[in-house]
Amino acid sequence: MSQIHTLTMPKWGLSMTEGRVDVWLKEEGQAIAKGDEVLDVETDKISSSVEAPFSGVLRRQIARQDETLAVGALLGIVVDGEASEAEIDAVIEQFQAAFVPGEGAEEDSGPKPQKVELDGRLIRYFERGEGGVPLVLVHGFGGDLNNWMFNHEALAAERRVIALDLPGHGESTKQLERADLDELSGVLLALLDHLDVPVAHLAGHSMGGAVVLNTTRLAPHRVRSLSLIGSAGLGAEINGDYLQGFVDAASRNALKPQLVQLFSDPELVNRQMLEDMLKYKRLEGVDTVLRQLVSGLFKEGRQQLDLRGVVQDGRQPVLLIWGSDDAIIPATHSVGLTAQIEILPGQAHMVQMEAAEQVNRLILDFVQQH
Amino acid sequence: MARKISYQQAINEALAQEMRRDPSVFIMGEDVAGGAGAPGENDAWGGVLGVTKGLYHQFPGRVLDTPLSELGYVGAAVGAATCGVRPVCELMFVDFAGCCLDQILNQAAKFRYMFGGKASTPLVIRTMVGAGLRAAAQHSQMLTSLWTHIPGLKVVCPSSPYDAKGLLIQAIRDNDPVIFCEHKLLYSMQGEVPEELYTIPFGEANFLRDGKDVTLVSYGRMVNTAMDAARSLAGRGIDCEVIDLRTTSPLDEDSILESVEKTGRLVVIDEANPRCSMATDISALVAQKAFASLKAPIEMVTAPHTPVPFSDALEDLYIPDAAKIENAVLKLIEWSKRS
Amino acid sequence: MSTQLTADQLLHAYRVMRTIRVFEERLHVEFATGEIPGFVHLYAGEEASAAGVMAHLGDDDCIASNHRGHGHCIAKGVDVYGMMAEIYGKKTGVCQGKGGSMHIADFEKGMLGANGIVGAGAPLVVGAALAAKLKGTDGVAVVFFGDGGSNEGAVFEAMNMASVWNLPCLFIAENNGYAEATASNWSVACDHIADRAAGFGMPGVTVDGFDFFAVHEAAGAAVERARAGEGPSLIEVKLTRYYGHFEGDAQTYRAPDEVKYFREHNDCLMQFRERTTRTGLIDASQLDQIDSEVDLLIENAVRKAKSDPKPSAADLLTDVYVSYP
Repeated sequence: MSQIHTLTMPKWGLSMTEGRVDVWLKEEGQAIAKGDEVLDVETDKISSSVEAPFSGVLRRQIARQDETLAVGALLGIVVDGEASEAEIDAVIEQFQAAFVPGEGAEEDSGPKPQKVELDGRLIRYFERGEGGVPLVLVHGFGGDLNNWMFNHEALAAERRVIALDLPGHGESTKQLERADLDELSGVLLALLDHLDVPVAHLAGHSMGGAVVLNTTRLAPHRVRSLSLIGSAGLGAEINGDYLQGFVDAASRNALKPQLVQLFSDPELVNRQMLEDMLKYKRLEGVDTVLRQLVSGLFKEGRQQLDLRGVVQDGRQPVLLIWGSDDAIIPATHSVGLTAQIEILPGQAHMVQMEAAEQVNRLILDFVQQH
Repeated sequence: MARKISYQQAINEALAQEMRRDPSVFIMGEDVAGGAGAPGENDAWGGVLGVTKGLYHQFPGRVLDTPLSELGYVGAAVGAATCGVRPVCELMFVDFAGCCLDQILNQAAKFRYMFGGKASTPLVIRTMVGAGLRAAAQHSQMLTSLWTHIPGLKVVCPSSPYDAKGLLIQAIRDNDPVIFCEHKLLYSMQGEVPEELYTIPFGEANFLRDGKDVTLVSYGRMVNTAMDAARSLAGRGIDCEVIDLRTTSPLDEDSILESVEKTGRLVVIDEANPRCSMATDISALVAQKAFASLKAPIEMVTAPHTPVPFSDALEDLYIPDAAKIENAVLKLIEWSKRS
Repeated sequence: MSTQLTADQLLHAYRVMRTIRVFEERLHVEFATGEIPGFVHLYAGEEASAAGVMAHLGDDDCIASNHRGHGHCIAKGVDVYGMMAEIYGKKTGVCQGKGGSMHIADFEKGMLGANGIVGAGAPLVVGAALAAKLKGTDGVAVVFFGDGGSNEGAVFEAMNMASVWNLPCLFIAENNGYAEATASNWSVACDHIADRAAGFGMPGVTVDGFDFFAVHEAAGAAVERARAGEGPSLIEVKLTRYYGHFEGDAQTYRAPDEVKYFREHNDCLMQFRERTTRTGLIDASQLDQIDSEVDLLIENAVRKAKSDPKPSAADLLTDVYVSYP
């Protein structure tokens, strides 16, 4: 039984409305497997590869190179089995007749982030998928739940996956009291209580890694496994110049050299990424919160808390993912830990964005086993 | 996704949040509430287009209707600002500046310098600018270059709801007199605006679009027209960089020069009349400081040297549109090919 | 005569008037040497007005003045040496040499500035009074303008607004008979500037500006009314100036011996001395003592101002804004 699949423009993150086709990675007539990267698409935020959600033969490249298309627009046709050109034409015609640009990008289509008041602070979180032991994603310093834009949906294929904005970040209240890990862990645990999640897989990036490690220390019975990406809490070194530069940067030109350090491909730090980050940094309270965190957790470029013991305890299985060229927290912090250690060559600190497919696969496989 | 509100709501919210934060902030102007002394209700208008609606009841005694006395109440705002309060004074239409120019030109703008650095005049004059409402010659002008010419004033021209809120909060907190130019055709524009307070620094242009072929520089409503042109030109393979000045004083010279050094081509889009305008000012800046980078002459897309006409047939011709910008860009591309 | 004035208050008032007189007469002499840049407008002859009004004001009360502002500044407590240095265009001046004679201001003393624009101070004090009302202080705000200024729309608008908002304001019209070279009995269309008060719903009185006690009494009533929340007042003070509109004005528009007559018959210092010593409130020797102290003060101010440095090239670009990137 053959099937004609339509490959469409994905929606990455919360605000993507359109994407520009960068380059096709597969030729017409080429066989592709589910999960293969088929083409590169660039948004105003970032560029990434579109993965095939199905296997088959790429029969048509509908979207031309450099063409800008709305979310949900037809990119190509993949046929699993046999189909005549006429059958394919019919599918395309039907799709194009029904397609309304902008509809797929509407705010009220699909899942939306929620906000809840926890201990007097509004905390934003975003749930996708259902079932299984839930997976919770915790972003790093200065980040937000959009840091998981290339991971969240993929990870939610077979389970409930929750990403949150830590207080002081994203759209959560920009206020911290002690600005220590216990305060951040407290928010995470309170959110789990609110969502009736007794036990979860935790994944953390950078400072978020330290948060989930610390949460495990405080409430080990609630943590099924730990996935740590470029994680803090596992060694003393951290790029203090980056932290200070990031906190101090008040303009596009001051911020750019800081953000560039996060990526292996500096081209990814584009106008929109800078503008989004400046918009965040301008919000009342953010500057204070970031300075509190730096002086509380990473004073003078040294990490203040060592949580290697949590990994070495061995109560939870641990997956460590690190970019070999991480310029913020060195990958050498993974040395000597009892964990599944995955060093991705050439990758940098934002490895979950730049090597999303690999990271997604590693985490999916890891949580599936535990 | 962040909440979307209108330019008008963004201004109202900035005022409300700042008044809540700082008890020395107050609003004054003609019918900013409306209904003073009248038998009907107070806050009847909330500004002639309703921008300040609702603030009268939220902040009793701090939203002051004035008599129709631009010279008197703008002067009063200037005087009050020197005495430890922060007036946000509304000059309904910028065209009425003719009635109160002395208080802005000779008083507010001069105090700090003339008094040897001892005075500060934390005053915001919110004023409605621009053509397109069929309001004719005395209610439609764009006098930005007039204000920009005067040392001592800061001049702000927000082009979006996000900018309107952040720039207005900055203006209110700023310790110098600020002319805050609200384009009447942007009031209904919707955009993402954070609920929190935030400030956008003055003198920092915004890059709305990165491009390598031509730099489009503008401010206020024309920024959106420039973006329309840039999108259309992108379809023809021409890659425009779009710069929104946000403030014309201070002026972010570095961003303009940085961009022209990259693209080698400049089109300045200005809704104002052309002589001694922001368009000529920026053209001169680039000619002076980035001459060697230029691959083609500088183009200016401006209103003609006429008052703003009334008839829609004429006003539509008066206001620069995307087609005129596109033509200017194409002209530059052609010029480069020819030479 | 106002009986409530103590000997100290009288001596202070005399010192203020005497300081203004000597300051201005010295400037008249010094200006002729060509050492003072620009132009100066002298207040000599009008001293009782500044002293009589300012006797009721403290540092929390604000005034706005005009181009003929030296007397108002001195009466409001601005440092005399700092003023002299400013008039000489020196870095040590109260405005660092950037304002000059027409723009002397001292916000700490509630002196919102002399003003080169006729009538412009009136809206400013409406704002100052509004600020006082919003802040809940009992401050009052006073503007001084001339018969010329009384014809400016700014003054009309300000008077109307002060009444509409019931603000603690005083409008002091110093009618010295001439707006520049134009007589007020020609340029002011009503009989008395004070009559205009009625049109703005406030009381208006005309007082003899050579008589310190008359000004003091009228201003006292108006200040009391303002502080009590009863709104603004207009006082027309009739007086004369002993010099031209500015230094160098040949004053051919004036009657011959006009100034001589006023100096001999009406001079405010002369009248003050005569009345206070005649009633035994003050001893003449106390006034003589003040005279010599004031002479020394002005002499020192001029000497120091002359030898002070001018602003440097770097000062050209500073203090345009509080902050400007």
